[in-house]
Amino acid sequence: MDLAKIFLVALLVNNVVLMRFLALCSYVGMTNDVGQSVGMGFAVTFVTVLATAATWPIYHFLLVPMGLTFLKILVFILVIASLVQLVEFYLKKNIPGLYAAMGIYLPLITTNCAILAVTFENIDYGYSFIQSIVYAVGVSLGYLLAMVLLAGVRDRMKTSPVPKFLQGTPILFIASSLLGVAFMGFSGLIK
Amino acid sequence: MKSLWKTFKQGIIYENPLLMLMIGLCSALAVTSSVANGLGMGLAMTFVLLFSEIVISIFRKVIPNSVRIPIFIIIIAAFTTMVDLVMKAYFPDLSKSMGVFIPLIVVNCIIMGRVEAFASKQGVLPAIFDSLGMGLGYTWVMVAISAVRELLGNGSVAGIPLMPASFQPILFFILPPGGFLVFGLFISFNIWLKGRMDKTAKERA
Repeated sequence: MDLAKIFLVALLVNNVVLMRFLALCSYVGMTNDVGQSVGMGFAVTFVTVLATAATWPIYHFLLVPMGLTFLKILVFILVIASLVQLVEFYLKKNIPGLYAAMGIYLPLITTNCAILAVTFENIDYGYSFIQSIVYAVGVSLGYLLAMVLLAGVRDRMKTSPVPKFLQGTPILFIASSLLGVAFMGFSGLIK
Repeated sequence: MKSLWKTFKQGIIYENPLLMLMIGLCSALAVTSSVANGLGMGLAMTFVLLFSEIVISIFRKVIPNSVRIPIFIIIIAAFTTMVDLVMKAYFPDLSKSMGVFIPLIVVNCIIMGRVEAFASKQGVLPAIFDSLGMGLGYTWVMVAISAVRELLGNGSVAGIPLMPASFQPILFFILPPGGFLVFGLFISFNIWLKGRMDKTAKERA
């Protein structure tokens, strides 16, 4: 499977939010304005790639030789949680500018299901290390794309007359449904 | 006894995790394309919730406050691993169609939320009732959503065809965008229902 195909499928055809319903909590909660959604999107991209780079070697060089593959749920979540902490410390001390931009999103990321899902899927699909990284980048940029799209739609919705029975959260899901219909058009992109 | 019953009822209706608190949404939309999947996910979730709450409630006095979150995660991950392995062994088809969502129970906000807010402060008996209430509250909403989606998208409920033969299945409802639409309407209905309940409660008072 070539890398461009993995990337495109992860980014558009199987968009992580709109087609696969992962990371919905932050998708609904963090899209109040476009700037915030971009910050969250890049923070997730950063951590997803790091988490993939950390969990893939741990699984293949540590858990498989020792016959401990059944521990992967436990190990992966602990690795991601501690990784997020380390990244937070490092950014706070060395790159305060970047920390100010995305530091507040980092604690929320530990329980972002998209990241954990990517690390599991890299194992389940039998990807090589390079393929895993490409897959991680594709998925998390797909997340960024969906976040920015919904944030844009919500911006417009603030000034539009929404029917009374859909005001608040329901309209978000209806809008996501329409975005999803648009994304289904991409399914013809890859055979 | 009365307060236990009240705890149980909280999860099913007044603090329903999906419709009222709106947490743990990912799995609620992803696996509800058929009733079998929705029910399986609901029961798996109830199992993990029940045992995590029992264990954490038993050990609540010995778990140091500063490291409680990692300890909770380890306990939840242990029960999730059990569910994952049992599903793979005894229900391979169901496990395959739910895919990555079974291991993802571990980061489901419902479990972490209940464990942190309830089990770490209350005794074992209330924790059991709370987890059963929340778990069944989650399960009934899952089954309700998947029944609507399966009926419209496939013309059947739990695999039993209900629609007349001339019915043309609306594939849209089984596909991802249909999930968003049905769930949005469910929340809308729930808000309406809650508004009415508040109104009658006020009139009575």
